[in-house]
Amino acid sequence: MRRSNGVLFMKNIDLRLRVNGQAKEWSIAPGDLLLDVLRREGYFGVKRGCEKGECGACTVLVNGKAINSCLMFAAQAEGSDVLTIEGLAQGDVLHPLQEAFLDLGAVQCGFCTGGMILSAKALLDRNPDPTVEEVREVMAGNYCRCTGYEKPVEAVLAAAVVARAFVPAASTVVSTFGASPHNSQAGHHSANPRSAPKSKKTDDKKRSSVLLGGQR
Amino acid sequence: MAGGLDSFDWLKDRIKRPKVLVDLSGVAELRGIRTTDGGIEIGALTTLTEIVKHPVIREHYGLLAEAAELIASPQIRNQGTIGGNVSQDTRCWYYRSGWPCYRAGGNICYADTPTGRNREHAILHAERCVAVNPSDSAPALIALDAKFVIQTSKGERIVDAEDYFIGPDIDITRLHILKPGDLLTAIRIPSTWAGARFYFEKVRDRNVWDFPLMNVASAMHVSGDTIEGIRLAVNGAAARPLRLKAVEDAVRGKTATPATGEMAGKLAVQGAVPLQFNAYKIPLMRNLVKRAIGGVEEAKWTS
Ligand SMILES: Cc1cc2nc3c(=O)[nH]c(=O)nc-3n(C[C@H](O)[C@H](O)[C@H](O)COP(=O)(O)OP(=O)(O)OC[C@H]3O[C@@H](n4cnc5c(N)ncnc54)[C@H](O)[C@@H]3O)c2cc1C
Ligand code: FES
Ligand code: FES
Repeated sequence: MRRSNGVLFMKNIDLRLRVNGQAKEWSIAPGDLLLDVLRREGYFGVKRGCEKGECGACTVLVNGKAINSCLMFAAQAEGSDVLTIEGLAQGDVLHPLQEAFLDLGAVQCGFCTGGMILSAKALLDRNPDPTVEEVREVMAGNYCRCTGYEKPVEAVLAAAVVARAFVPAASTVVSTFGASPHNSQAGHHSANPRSAPKSKKTDDKKRSSVLLGGQR
Repeated sequence: MAGGLDSFDWLKDRIKRPKVLVDLSGVAELRGIRTTDGGIEIGALTTLTEIVKHPVIREHYGLLAEAAELIASPQIRNQGTIGGNVSQDTRCWYYRSGWPCYRAGGNICYADTPTGRNREHAILHAERCVAVNPSDSAPALIALDAKFVIQTSKGERIVDAEDYFIGPDIDITRLHILKPGDLLTAIRIPSTWAGARFYFEKVRDRNVWDFPLMNVASAMHVSGDTIEGIRLAVNGAAARPLRLKAVEDAVRGKTATPATGEMAGKLAVQGAVPLQFNAYKIPLMRNLVKRAIGGVEEAKWTS
């Protein structure tokens, strides 16, 4: 059927998927974009930017792969595992990527940040020790109009060091930091992310800019 | 619709209003890369990322991996398919904005008027419409002598890569030969050119994300310095990716040197007709062809 403006509309269908590890069942229109459905369901960290696949602000991970949720029907996510930026922190404990972005001031207006961090996460998940070029390459799909990419790239590399140090064995922490070209920054992280105190370097301004970016 | 990256544009702008939209992305049979006796077969629904990462493609058909890696952004390569990439429509913005041009069934080409913005448009084989094919993978597939497997209502049909694409002289409304109901199921690449000397270069306004202004792909069998065999294609010059057969014939048996490249470049742009804002494409194409054959000369520093 068509509405008066010519848009097709059909009966709603049920969508079953996992978002940030939680099983969800939503009623959606067949033509709903994944972006629209996620935002409707309160995942405002998924940003609506260009809606044309150009800016990457709407990036989410679907089964571990970074995709633009503005160019995917929600119905196509049936049965898949979706990760949005909201799913990264564990309670009050931020993901090493999030910590690094804050510590290094890699967030300015914050609009691109969620997508950028997710692109970076997809990279670190498959390659825990990426080169600068690999980081640049993977962030190429996320437009940032503020930072000039220097800080975000540094932050991803710093987070990689931290993530590598924590995942396998705590005993490697010191040596990994020592070997890092970013040891001065990475050193701001405490040895255990679960008990990590908020970094001293993180000032209020940076926190609120994340909120601005994160909520609407 | 496969990955939808080309299709969503049309749907969101309400320029195409299909009654039915079939999502092919769940059809497992159309996905994946298989090695076969004579080469490899790539399912049409295989994503560009899968192609870029595939070890056999990287090792033997690096030309395609290179072309695919330069397409758009990582997100788009994760979603976009090879079948969609070769079947995508032109980016001419008059056409894509829904202007009633020749390609859309009207009787004017807005890009080819005195005030038309045509920096990205065709320099060769334009006929009424001056739009170009924007695919990066297409010239690489032509250079690799790929075959496209098409399922029609009458059965299976296999065409050479270069015959998959058509210009406005044949059908002004489409860039490829598919008729409604036809399905591209796979792309087969023979081993003929596996491990050949490859060259791919894409020129665009920004170094990531952007569509090509022009690109070139070549596969050469070279013995000593002599070109024994070559396949060469450019895209972004005409409504279909052009296999430069005359150039191939002219350089076969010659040495793969800048001098041969120079000659080839001049031959390649014969007959090119610039529009108001795209004359730069003529030297661009000449130089891309030159580099594809003669290699890239190191910049010479004096001092
Ligand atoms: C922001 C952006 C930047 C881009 N940059 C580039 C670039 O730099 N270089 C480049 O080459 N491309 C670029 N593209 C285009 C994009 O990469 C390709 O359009 C993509 O590969 C298309 O694949 P898809 O599966 O998403 O196509 P879809 O949109 O799903 O399909 C495209 C068309 O092909 C048809 N089709 C798809 N599969 C089949 C099949 N198996 N059989 C029959 N018909 C089929 C569809 O019906 C549709 O008409 C860009 C796109 C966007 C949105
Ligand atoms: S909103 Fe999806 S890429 Fe810009
Ligand atoms: S767009 Fe990247 S911080 Fe503003």
